Amino acid sequence: MRYEPQGSPRRGHPDRETDRLARGLGLFSLALGLAEIAAPRAVARSVGLSGREGYVRACGAREVATGIALLAADDPMPWMWGRVVGDAVDLGLLASALDEGPQRRERAGLAMGAVAAVTLLDFAVAKTLSAEDRRPARPLKDYRRRRGFPRPPEAMRGEAREMAGVY
Amino acid sequence: MRALSWHGKHDIRCESVPDPQIEHPRDAVIRVTSCAICGSDLHLYDNFIPGMTPGDVMGHECMGEVVEVGPESRHALKVGDRVVIPFTISCGACPQCLRGNFSVCERSNRNASLAQKAFGRTTAGLFGYTQLTGGYQGGQAEYIRVPFADKTHVKVPSNLSDEKLLFLSDILPTGWQAAVQLGIEETDTVAVWGCGPVGQFAIRSAVLLGAKQVIAIDRVPERLEMAAAGGAIPINFEVESVMERIDALTDGKGPEKCIDAVGLEAHVSGHIDSMYDRAKQAVMAESDRIHALREIIYLIRPAGTISMPGVYGGLADKVPLGALMNKGITVRTGQTHTQRWTDDLLRRIEEGQIDPTFVITHVADLADGPALYETFRDKKDGCVKVVLKP
Ligand SMILES: NC(=O)c1ccc[n+]([C@@H]2O[C@H](COP(=O)([O-])OP(=O)(O)OC[C@H]3O[C@@H](n4cnc5c(N)ncnc54)[C@H](O)[C@@H]3O)[C@@H](O)[C@H]2O)c1
Ligand SMILES: [Zn+2]
Ligand SMILES: [Zn+2]
Repeated sequence: MRYEPQGSPRRGHPDRETDRLARGLGLFSLALGLAEIAAPRAVARSVGLSGREGYVRACGAREVATGIALLAADDPMPWMWGRVVGDAVDLGLLASALDEGPQRRERAGLAMGAVAAVTLLDFAVAKTLSAEDRRPARPLKDYRRRRGFPRPPEAMRGEAREMAGVY
Repeated sequence: MRALSWHGKHDIRCESVPDPQIEHPRDAVIRVTSCAICGSDLHLYDNFIPGMTPGDVMGHECMGEVVEVGPESRHALKVGDRVVIPFTISCGACPQCLRGNFSVCERSNRNASLAQKAFGRTTAGLFGYTQLTGGYQGGQAEYIRVPFADKTHVKVPSNLSDEKLLFLSDILPTGWQAAVQLGIEETDTVAVWGCGPVGQFAIRSAVLLGAKQVIAIDRVPERLEMAAAGGAIPINFEVESVMERIDALTDGKGPEKCIDAVGLEAHVSGHIDSMYDRAKQAVMAESDRIHALREIIYLIRPAGTISMPGVYGGLADKVPLGALMNKGITVRTGQTHTQRWTDDLLRRIEEGQIDPTFVITHVADLADGPALYETFRDKKDGCVKVVLKP
């Protein structure tokens, strides 16, 4: 979990929404990766990459790893940038299919559109997380000595016991 | 005189208003030497409670020197006396006052009919707190008129500073009553929701009354550190799970005693129906406020006691009554019966058992009041408690 940046009125408080979004993208990575590993042929065909099942399976492994990391990590930020890099790799791979015939071009083009949309989201989430703080709100002032008692609280315990429950 | 007056939502002005005068033979007029901003004032600042008229003087925590006394209060007060003014105006003679239930005095609310419409029966008059509780002008001013002055004051010695005595007017007795009415036993865990000024005093009171351990819940780090300084185990509800931490601290059984020092800002007007609507509205708008009370009902140990100093105004939805009833929970509430505790607490301050100055983070001229309302509400600059000097 990351915390809202100094400039924010909620400084130091957790940004649950962005965090949830990052974890959601992790789940998406995991699902996509498993599909790429389990059915590389079908996936490859649908995005115009038939014959490159090896690449698809490799991408699947990458997605699974990123997905697990995003779901498990305390701080999703580095893994979100991992997704952005992965998106770029996917876009490059798909682009290579663009000049391999009209049917493949169409499928690759559609897939690129979808990946591009996800890339924008990944980028926005990664950027928001980077702007945030790794540590929760720190105290604005040091009140650790303001005990209000003449002695440490432990020594004051029960000093007014005779009043407990006189209500 | 100069005073902080209310002109609408987020519009408090330091301006010139007419000097208060004796209006009734039991009145006194006090020259205010120190006054404070309370969490309850924020409800008015945020305009959650109607019944304020533009120009109304704010404030219910103040102290000072008596400058004028009506003939019927002269047996108890004289010019020059140094006094703290309890925020609850009490006649001292009605059946409730005789039982020590000063905050529900039957006589001091001159707008009793409004209170009856809202609450069924009237409660006491309060300073600077809307027409519903009498429409009395408040103490964030150079002078204040004190009705029923012979019974609505605490005489204080001259050798202690204003800062040590001022909170006898409200938050010290409020935190104290919140803890006393729990009937704390030596084996009890007391959990306090809210580490504002009221929560801070509730924590220290629970320690003095002998609780085995005190847990403090909030999300403002410097307030949590202040709570820890007073002997509480802090839980930041935005960073950790309140349930997990509380379970770990209580063998999974929950605290025997809980204090709600958060409160809910709800709207109350003269009519039952509009009160209902407005309260519902307020609950929707502030749903995370009643969240604290729900959390308490859920986490408290069966047969436990909840103490509710936090102010609630009207009606609330989705109160887990099933848990409340089946777990056999006792709930104790109330505006503080200030005068019931002040003598005893003054003695404890004099003996040095408690030093209320720890909570003060800002001291300023009355003219800085409007800006400090905002600082306090937004918890900027580490603000916990503001004291103003008229
Ligand atoms: N009963 C009385 O006589 C009496 C007297 C004075 C004040 N009050 C009331 O007591 C309440 C507290 O007053 P204050 O001056 O300390 O105000 P405050 O606003 O400074 O304190 C409230 C605290 O509660 C915390 N909080 C908010 N939501 C929370 C949650 N879900 N869980 C835990 N903590 C949460 C806030 O961060 C804040 O620190 C107010 O409602 C006020 O009106 C009652
Ligand atoms: Zn108050
Ligand atoms: Zn009375």
